[in-house]
Formats: sequence, structure tokens, C-alpha cells
Amino acid sequence: MDAVLLARLQFALTIGFHFIFPPITIGLAWLLVIVEYKGWRQRSEEWLRIGKFFGKLFAVTFAVGVATGIVMEFQFGTNWASYSAFVGDIFGAPLAAEGVFAFFLESSFLGLYLFGRGRVSAGVHWFSILMVAVGATISAFWIIVANSWQQTPAGYFVNEATGRAELTSFAEAVFNPSTLVRFFHTMVAALIAGAFFMAGISAYLILKRRHVDLAGRALKLAVVFGFVTSLLAVFPTGHEHAQQVARTQPEKFAAIEGIYESSDRHPLVFFAFPLVDPPQLVAQLGIPGLLAWMTYGDADAKLTALDEFPPDQVPKGAELWISFVSFHTMVLLGMIFIGLTGLGVLLFWRRRALDPDRRMSRLWLWATVLAIPLPVLACEFGWTAAEVGRQPWIVYKELRTVDAASVTVGAGEILFSIVLFGLIYLLLGAVWIYLLYKKIEHGPEAAPAAREVA
Amino acid sequence: MEPTALQIVWFLLYGVLITGYAVLDGFDLGVGVLSLTRRDPDERRVMINAIAPVWDGNEVWLLTGGGALFAAFPLVYATVFSAFYLALMLVLVGLIARAVAMEFRGKVANARWRDSWDLAFGVGSLLPALLFGVAVGNIMRGLPLDPGGRFTGSFLGLLHPYPLLIGLLALAMFVCQGAIYMAMKSDGPLREAMRSWAVRAWVAWVALYAAATVATFFAASFLFEGVLASPVTWVAFLALLGGLVYVPIAVRAERMGRALLASSTAIAAHIALVGVGLYPRLVPSLTDLAHSLTIANASSTERTLTTMLVIALLGMPLVIGYTLFIYRVFKGKVVIGESSY
Repeated sequence: MDAVLLARLQFALTIGFHFIFPPITIGLAWLLVIVEYKGWRQRSEEWLRIGKFFGKLFAVTFAVGVATGIVMEFQFGTNWASYSAFVGDIFGAPLAAEGVFAFFLESSFLGLYLFGRGRVSAGVHWFSILMVAVGATISAFWIIVANSWQQTPAGYFVNEATGRAELTSFAEAVFNPSTLVRFFHTMVAALIAGAFFMAGISAYLILKRRHVDLAGRALKLAVVFGFVTSLLAVFPTGHEHAQQVARTQPEKFAAIEGIYESSDRHPLVFFAFPLVDPPQLVAQLGIPGLLAWMTYGDADAKLTALDEFPPDQVPKGAELWISFVSFHTMVLLGMIFIGLTGLGVLLFWRRRALDPDRRMSRLWLWATVLAIPLPVLACEFGWTAAEVGRQPWIVYKELRTVDAASVTVGAGEILFSIVLFGLIYLLLGAVWIYLLYKKIEHGPEAAPAAREVA
Repeated sequence: MEPTALQIVWFLLYGVLITGYAVLDGFDLGVGVLSLTRRDPDERRVMINAIAPVWDGNEVWLLTGGGALFAAFPLVYATVFSAFYLALMLVLVGLIARAVAMEFRGKVANARWRDSWDLAFGVGSLLPALLFGVAVGNIMRGLPLDPGGRFTGSFLGLLHPYPLLIGLLALAMFVCQGAIYMAMKSDGPLREAMRSWAVRAWVAWVALYAAATVATFFAASFLFEGVLASPVTWVAFLALLGGLVYVPIAVRAERMGRALLASSTAIAAHIALVGVGLYPRLVPSLTDLAHSLTIANASSTERTLTTMLVIALLGMPLVIGYTLFIYRVFKGKVVIGESSY
């Protein structure tokens, strides 16, 4: 295999594994802000115990996220030296800003949150988790700024003499055409991931009839939070994001929606199985005209098909397949999130959610448990569609992926690091799940009064 | 090309970032290395909890350093990180191992589980503590760069005796720093052990510094060119001397806070001296000094440097403020409690 493909695989592996954790911790951090606030202001022992319990699960998850995130800061230089040289004038600043404004904040205050209970006042302790959540959110903002600049570069020109991109406006580069809509969409997705994490674990405790009081409170909070955010993920954020892609990256739009050949009233495809060579969709299920209507508000509006672009400027072969499948799976998962949390809200409304003896409630509780990993999966699919759909470019219309890798790093070295990190991540993933399981089985700590009696 | 004022400012700021990292993560890497010397798992637990609330914030200095290098001197970021590919992968493995080991070690009540993660924590601290120095040594000696500033060497070429010597020097520095910090945070036999380690590491530090100074005359004599004329050299040298002399005196007198200040000063002075020697180069070329990456030819544009300066001036005072606050909250000896690792 050639070095560039290996470098792409290495990047996909390291960032794909890392990206399991931030959505959970960003979402969970905001939920903990609510939980700890209730514990503090209502002087509620119950909410404080919920906070402690999920705080521990948060800590384990955050640790793996931090550990795997260190790799990100360096691998642009290690694996993508030509890219780094080309974009350094623009791309480095958001990464540095992420460090200065976000990483310091979340890391420093996380220490205070985890180890400072009792050392600082309840108010300062709550403030510490708030700063963790704020830091995590700012971090998401800056990393999406950096990635969005690759999608829709702005505020720069390419200096012919040096062959490097140079900044002309920091504000334009930061608020490039895709930054805000992608930030909101990704943030909402992270909030869903946190909500499903809290909801699924609480549902499990209820099914096992343990700590039903605490788990019930947490479940209700998480389900309502999850329902609202699931709706927001589709509308307006998902919808706006799709419109933005159609406007600013029509090739990617054609790839993810499966518009391979030009036709009138191209359908909005709900399901299809894509074939690769030549690209086509079989077993297609969709509604003609709906896609153009959703995109431009006109069912007869023209959607540019893949075959209308220069062939060397669109994703190819497996890239097309991956773009279509990952995008459509993400959308399907988004619908499932609305359905599942919507049903939960309904069950809470009718005061039946916490009763595992009822068939409907039991089924819903189990579905909520099994759904824990789905939002993370949706995040991975969404990100895959965004990155693979951008091919063959690493910076849209400016730099090709094949020209971006480190010329001095050989295929053998990359293969070695893929195997090394693959093994380490396998171990980390297994230990993480094992420790979560152990903590969940152990459940929240007993109330202080009960402890004294015991 | 003459460097502009902004490029010089960023050269200095980069030095500040490296110093922040070396002083802060220096002590927690050092504590990690020293944990390898303790057989009693309860002592290792105290050591891990001594750094638990703060290590993550300390490591952010490294991440921010990476980002700032990318932003301010992208060509150095691209050249150096791809040149150090395998070495950097090992550093990353070490940093990953120590981060998760702290979180994982106490989560299962099993001696083998705990001892394995403790070993991962120790080795995961040793690798970066040593390899960061090796990396700096390689940069001081110079990298084989072609006229386009591209790396033309190999991984084995990076394992030259000179950088290895600098690696050992960095290790001794970090262990001394860690031992002092740990003595400050502990009581009883652990404190005594750490005090004697502080002195031992100090002896190694002084000896290795002397050896490295002599070796530099042979391996990278250009680092000494013109430095004696710069007042920075003399200030840094006096600070280094003062810091190094005061470390064992303070340790003997049980003034650990002052000892930590002294060793931190010495570390900062080391970095300043390397900076004076390198300036205006960032990565000297081993093949021909004319091919070196300098702060003038490897930097971002003035606009980006200005933007970055604004970001640094807005953000860093805040960072320093809450970092000081958090260190104050966790001041004093380690107390193992409910929320400890």
C-alpha cells in the first residue's frame, strides 16, 4: 500500500477512536452542570449523589479522551508535513487558540471538580464543572473552525512565490461559510451523546431495580434533554448544514445524497444500496423532487449531479460508497433518536416510564440501554461523510490529499504506528468499557445517613 | 533575511511556553519516573495523588506548544515532527499510558492490575522525560536538512551520543524537580526518600551539565558563536548557577518550596541559554548552516503572528490566574480521601 493511503488510514484510526470520547464528555459535562446545580441550590443529597456517580463515569471517559487527543495535536506535523507547511499560516492559529482558551480551562477545572469536593465551597465546585463544560464547548468550536476551513476555506490567498496559503482576514477564516452551522450541528450531536449515555445507564439501573429513585431522576432529565437536542439535530442544524453543503460544496452534496447522474426531480433517497463501478443506487426508496425542495425550496430546482463536475474533482469509488452510506446511516440514526426519546417523554408524561413491569416501558428501557453507543456512531458517520465527501481535496479546491502527506515518512514507519496504536486503542477501549461496566454495576454511593447505619 | 520584531517576540514567547511546560510537567513526569523506585503501592498512590489534580493542566502547555509552533513557525512544525516520526510516536505512547494509568490503577481491587498500571505510569513518564531531551539535543546539534529545509536523515541518525547525553541531562533535571515537589507534598519515609533522590538527581544534573557543555564545543560549536557578547547569556548563566547552587542547600534545610523555585529557575535558565545559542535559528542544518530554518524563513506572516499575539495576550493571563488559584486550593501535603485515585 502506498504511504498516502496508509497515512489516511492512520489518521482515520487515531481520530476515529479519539472521537468516541469528546461527544460523550461534552454532552455529559453540560448534564452534570444541571445535576450539580440542582444538588447545590436545592441542597439535594440525591442530585449530589447522581453527580458523583456520573462524575466518576465522566472522569474515566475524559481520561481516555485526553490521552488519545494528544496524538491529534502532533500528527498534522508527523504525517501531513506538506499540508502543515501549506496551511500553517491559517490552520495553526485555531489549534493554538484551542489550547489557550479551551484545553487549559477544561483540564485545570476538571482537577478541581474531581478532587476539590470539600476543599472549595459548593458554589465554586459547581463553577468548576461549568468551566469544564464551557472549555469543552470552546474546544469543539476551535477544532471545527480548523476543519471547516478545510471544507470552505476563506480569508486567505495562495502566495505564488512560496506556494503557501496566507491569511488575509482572521475573522473571515474563523467564520468561514461552514463554521457556525457545523459547530451547532456537532455540538447538538455531542449533547445527544451525553444524554443517551446518562439515559441508558439510568435505564439499566431501573431495569435491575437498583437505586430506582436516583436513576429515575437522572433518566427523566436525560430523556427530556435528549428529546430536545435530537429535534435540534435535525432541524434547524442538520437541515441548514445540508443546505450549506449544497451551496458551498456541491460535489460533496452529490456524493452524500447519491446524485450520480443528472435528472429532473431527483428523489430524496431514504434508502438505497450503492454500487461502486459505475456508481449507481439499487433498491432505491425515495420521494422525487423532495430533495430539491428541501435544499432550495423548489421541487424543480436544478441539483448538480456528480457526472457534471470535472472527474478529477469528485470523490471516487469506495469514497462515494462511504460518503453515501455514512451520511444516510447518520440520518437514519437521527430519526431513531427522535423516536426513542419522544416515546420516553410520552411514557414519562403518562407516568409509566419507570415501571419495568409494563411491557411497553420495559421494552423502551431496554432500547434506551442498547442505544447508548448510537449517538457516538452517528457522530462518527457524520464526520466520515464530511471528510470522505470532501475528497480528493484536503483543502477544498486548494490542496489535494495526495500532495499533503509527509514526504520523509515511509510506508513502513506509518504501518508500524498503525499497528502500535491499533493495539493500544484496542486495549484502552476494552479497559474503558470494562471499568464503566464495573462502576455501573457498583452504582451510586449510598446516602451518608445509610452509610452511618451500615 | 533579518527577523522582524514580531518574529523575535514569538521566539521569546515560544521559549516561555517551553519553559512553562518543562517546569510544570517536569515535576509530574519526574514524580512518575520516581514512582518506579518505590515498592510500597501505598507510597505510589500518594505520589499519583500528589499530581492528580494538576497534571492534565500541566500537559496542556505541551499541547499549546504544539499548536503555537504550528501557528507561528509552521515550517519547523512540519519539518521537525515528520523528522522525529518514530520518536514522537513513542512519546505519545508514553503520554497515553501515563494518563490512563492514573485513572485506571485504583479502579479494580487487584494487586496485579494495580502494579501493571503503576508500571505503565512510571515507564510512560520515563519515555517522554528522556525523549524530549533527546529531541532538544538533536535540534541543538542540527538536523540534516537539504536546501529546501527538508529532513534527509533517519531514525537511527537521531540516536547520536550527543542528543542522548542531552536526553539524560533532561531526565536528571525532571527527576530532581519531581523529587523536590514530591518531598514537598509528602511526609515520613517517602519525604526522606524523595529528599535524598533530589540530591542524587542534582549531582547527576550538575555532572551531566558539565559534560554537555564540553560536548557542545565538539558537537555544535556554532551554539557558542557570539553568545558571550549578549547580556542574556550572563543573566541566564548567573540564574543557572544560583539555582543549581541553592537546590541542595534548600533541600538540606527542608525548604522544599524554595528548592522547587531554585530548580525551576535553573531549568528556565537552561532553556534561555539554548535559546541564545540557537537565535536566530530554530533548527540548524547539520549539513550546511545556511540551510537552517530560522525565525525569519520559517515563520508565519505578520498578520498571523499578530493574531496569535492577541490570542496569547487575551488568554494567557487568565490561564495563569486560574492555574495559581487551583494550585493554592491543593496546597499542602497529600491527603488520601474519598475522591482520591
